[in-house]
Amino acid sequence: MAEITRDDVAHLARLAHIDMTDDELARMAGELAVIVESIKTVSEVAGDDVPATSHPIPLSNVFREDVVGETLSNEEALLNAPDNADGRFKVPAILDGE
Amino acid sequence: MTELIHLSADALAQQLAAKQVSAVEATQAYLDRIDAVDGAVNAYLHVNTEEALLVAAEVDQARADGDTLHPLAGVPIAVKDLIVTKGQPTTAGSRILEGWQSPYDATVVQKLRAARMPILGKTNLDEFAMGSSTEHSAYGPTRNPWDLDRIPGGSGGGSAAAVAAFEAPLALGTDTGGAIRQPGAVPGTVGVKPTYGGVSRYGAIAMASSLDQIGPVSRTVLDSALLHEVIGGHDPRDSTSLTDPVGALVEAARLGQVEGMRIGVIKELQGEGYQAGVLTRFHESLELLRSAGAEIVEVSCPNFRYALEAYYLIMPSEASSNLAKYDGVRFGLRVVPEGAATIERVMGATRAAGFGDEVKRRIILGTYALSAGYYDAYYGSAQKVRTLIQRDFAAAFEQADVLISPTAPTTAFKLGEKLDDPLAMYLNDVATIPANMAGVPGLSLPGGLADEDGLPVGIQLLAPAREDARLYRVGAVLESLLEDSWGGPLLAQAPAVPQITGRNR
Repeated sequence: MAEITRDDVAHLARLAHIDMTDDELARMAGELAVIVESIKTVSEVAGDDVPATSHPIPLSNVFREDVVGETLSNEEALLNAPDNADGRFKVPAILDGE
Repeated sequence: MTELIHLSADALAQQLAAKQVSAVEATQAYLDRIDAVDGAVNAYLHVNTEEALLVAAEVDQARADGDTLHPLAGVPIAVKDLIVTKGQPTTAGSRILEGWQSPYDATVVQKLRAARMPILGKTNLDEFAMGSSTEHSAYGPTRNPWDLDRIPGGSGGGSAAAVAAFEAPLALGTDTGGAIRQPGAVPGTVGVKPTYGGVSRYGAIAMASSLDQIGPVSRTVLDSALLHEVIGGHDPRDSTSLTDPVGALVEAARLGQVEGMRIGVIKELQGEGYQAGVLTRFHESLELLRSAGAEIVEVSCPNFRYALEAYYLIMPSEASSNLAKYDGVRFGLRVVPEGAATIERVMGATRAAGFGDEVKRRIILGTYALSAGYYDAYYGSAQKVRTLIQRDFAAAFEQADVLISPTAPTTAFKLGEKLDDPLAMYLNDVATIPANMAGVPGLSLPGGLADEDGLPVGIQLLAPAREDARLYRVGAVLESLLEDSWGGPLLAQAPAVPQITGRNR
């Protein structure tokens, strides 16, 4: 397995939308290196003949009747919104630029 | 009112039914206790005084009117602040949800309301349930009532400490890698992780969806069974909810029987890394069960040693996906940075300010494990290990009706001791994680005090999926034998909690 570098963490932080300071990136790279080192043997345990388990007790085709159930009202949905206008969530510019 | 708060939930329910005490008196006694000691313990993030007293008064009125009531009507309860409640804030122990009010109730909360149990408030936890000590709460750590300088376990340390410090007779917890059972063990309480899907997760803020499970926290095995029957059962709003009936858990706890049962000691969950005092108490419990007619057998689960590693890939992977929704758009904190504030920059600034270090660590780890090129080696491999752990359980349950181990390798450690060493912190969950990986139910009950530090030791029982009743059947016997040997409940030996008030909620 590849080492985790500070640049790797910076890339992961961008993917995860978490701003990090230089100090945080350096610290996180060190901590993650130790954790990744300790968990990398996982890939050596099971062979190709072992199927993956995604869910402890598999259920299939969980459906409900196609009828309208309880929903939140517009007011309830916006109750915790940081900002709203005209019954919708309001956010800053989606695109960068003037 | 000291006697009142020391009653078990079952005993309190009986006194309520016999009108020897009113629900308002009981609820007020707990609110007074919270007022007196929670400044020291910090088990609660929010105290729900008005609503709790209102519900209690309604119960008293209904009882006076001769209405038919649920057996636990009027018995107060605390709710882990990872479970959403209408009319009270839910923070998940995070700054990112500070002040957030859920527009709906979790299914388990609806069930508490239907049973008319007054909700005392919301209990402290590691942020988004990520931790084993509650030190990762954004609102300060909870302290262990046995020693205020020590951790109460985690993530559900608030629920466990509240019950141990007699600030609630019952509480709800959530268990992803042991967060009900391990905090049950260290402050000397009972905690149960039901079979995955046995209790609805609707309204439990998700950490790792394939591992998370809501369950009861209490001071006795019977009390957990009583609460488990209230919250269990199928819920169409949770697509992973099992359609099986809850089962006769209370009856199993009341009967309590181990004669002729095969109890399997898991070879891999003892020995190296386990504190001597923990193992001494563990072996005493085995002797007691043997004396009661159980057959003690040894089982081997060789793949359990990979469980922790696989868990620390699956859990962060699922958590990093589940926590993507905290982006400052629809709810929760929004931080607008200086300059050209695009939504993308708002997200980055919001999540930087709103999440604590452990949450960031797990999101980054999960993002790494799921990224292109690593997915098969990490997440894919961890899911295969999950299959191997399930096979180990299946083989062990061929030889034994229930399995037994210490709940945690050590007693409560000191606050701050493992904060800078994430790996050492993760090792606390080594005995509890396999159950989450396989979806099987587990129960932790107090097994006595370790000789070297006088702190509680937890004994864990595990049963096959959908056989939760076996935990109560065996747990009740062991509890009764142990209490006979101690001359009363273990919590009666706990030192008095210093009365420190002065925190306003």
